[in-house]
Amino acid sequence: MKHNNINISVTLWTLASKEVRRFMRIWVQTLVPPAVTMSLYFVIFGSLIGPNIKPEVTDGFDYVQYMIPGLIMMTVITNSYANVVSSFYSVKFQKSIEELLISPMPNWTILLGFIIGGVCRGVLVGIIVFCVSLFFYPDFEIANPLLTITVLLLTSILFSLMGFINAVYADSFDDISVIPTFVLTPLIYLGGVFYSINMLPDFWRSVSQANPMLYVVNTFREGMLGTSDVSITFSLSMIVLFIVCFSALSLYLLKRGTGIRE
Amino acid sequence: MSFALEIKNLKKVYAGGTEALKGISLNVKEGDFYALLGPNGAGKSSTIGIIGTLVTKTSGSVKIFDVDIDENVAIAKSMLGVVSQEINFSQFEKVHDIVITQAGFYGIKKSIAEPKVEEMLKRLGLWDKRNDQARTLSGGYKRRLMIAKALIHEPKLLILDEPTAGVDIELRREMWSFLKEINEKGTTIILTTHYLEEAEQLCRNIGIIDYGEIVADTSMKDLLSRLDVQGFIMDLDKPLEKEPTVEGFELKLEDPSTLFAAVNKDKSINSLFGELNKLGIKVKSMRNESNRLEELFIEMIKKK
Repeated sequence: MKHNNINISVTLWTLASKEVRRFMRIWVQTLVPPAVTMSLYFVIFGSLIGPNIKPEVTDGFDYVQYMIPGLIMMTVITNSYANVVSSFYSVKFQKSIEELLISPMPNWTILLGFIIGGVCRGVLVGIIVFCVSLFFYPDFEIANPLLTITVLLLTSILFSLMGFINAVYADSFDDISVIPTFVLTPLIYLGGVFYSINMLPDFWRSVSQANPMLYVVNTFREGMLGTSDVSITFSLSMIVLFIVCFSALSLYLLKRGTGIRE
Repeated sequence: MSFALEIKNLKKVYAGGTEALKGISLNVKEGDFYALLGPNGAGKSSTIGIIGTLVTKTSGSVKIFDVDIDENVAIAKSMLGVVSQEINFSQFEKVHDIVITQAGFYGIKKSIAEPKVEEMLKRLGLWDKRNDQARTLSGGYKRRLMIAKALIHEPKLLILDEPTAGVDIELRREMWSFLKEINEKGTTIILTTHYLEEAEQLCRNIGIIDYGEIVADTSMKDLLSRLDVQGFIMDLDKPLEKEPTVEGFELKLEDPSTLFAAVNKDKSINSLFGELNKLGIKVKSMRNESNRLEELFIEMIKKK
């Protein structure tokens, strides 16, 4: 693909592969921790506490089986976000963003390159966590593989975009940890990763329905287990809508030079 | 005449209200080696930043080889290479990978870039360090890497923002010879530097910017000819005890064997030799005072 005599596909491939190389180079920091943390969740919640939870509150599934989609989604969300926010902020901090800005790469290629990096890491750690879960529940079967893969990709795209926007506005390393710590993590934990909202009293069930993570986690659970607390069509539409909105916002910020051009 | 760079009425006002550029206009001819000088905060880096689109201009126009950066920024940028003042590559990547990646950002496939990268790294003495992480390089090698990166897509216009700052004399001279070589091969070069000797040695034309305005834009020869007084340093055959006096010349004994002479433009250096000869003083060798551009530069920015 050529634009203004510049081979755009080469520029995109260069940036995307650089991003993948970056997180692969530091695999001890990026790929191993999710596997270790999720193993602990499976041991504590799945094997020790899980057998005491009645299958009626988890739509008839064993608790460990019910938890698997939630934990995979939690990992995908945090890793896609973390990859893009830390990578883009680092290139700003190290000034290597200048390499990209001085080059003839169009803005959409820059955005897509970082998003591909975030998606690759999100999907890869998702697969790692799924492999770890098979040690604890070897008979796991995916109910709807197409929906599972679709949600996996859309979610990692969505949270990569959110990580990008966070990095654009970030002025310090504190700024890239505030949203993951104080916004994302609580919403994920309260978004049905560990429980069905049917377990909650009516009031808290209604409150939970305002949590966007609930829709992401439950749509993925529908793909993996065939059960969900929310409408899949509505959830998928909302994810796509937010991807479109955040992509437009990211491109606008790049064009305007917010946080990257003086 | 074709210009490598045309700047018209370029203004930059930063968010805090600082007016960094007050409508400068500048033309750099194709093939030129041009020095852009100015004290710290004069507007040099803002100008370079705008050309490379790292800084957003407030108004005015910039054309690179007749391509307006507002109309076709990708084409304009593909003809431009910039060596920034500060190190701007990922410190954790290998030297070879950094240059290959840079080529990729310009749409050059890895298979095509490989031989070019090898040639460039060899030419800049970086080939032996190609597998080293960039953060392990010394300051001088990091500067070379910056130049390799900026040149890998063979730009027609190369801008260097203080490329030899903090570099030792040997490496500085190596860089000078490399830059002269690529300029002779046709690359237009714009250089900013605080080493005025560097500008005098390398550049044919010069622009001086101060407080966001161009205070001089002329040939180096013309600028130097504006000097009313030239300084000469003479090594004497025999040491002197006392400073000699010659009418019309200002003489100063720097040490018993070195005499400094300030010669007015309307006086001949031959007449000074004649007078010294009459006094029995013989000159073994003589050289120009090296900081003549510096004097002129200080004089020009003082006028503001």
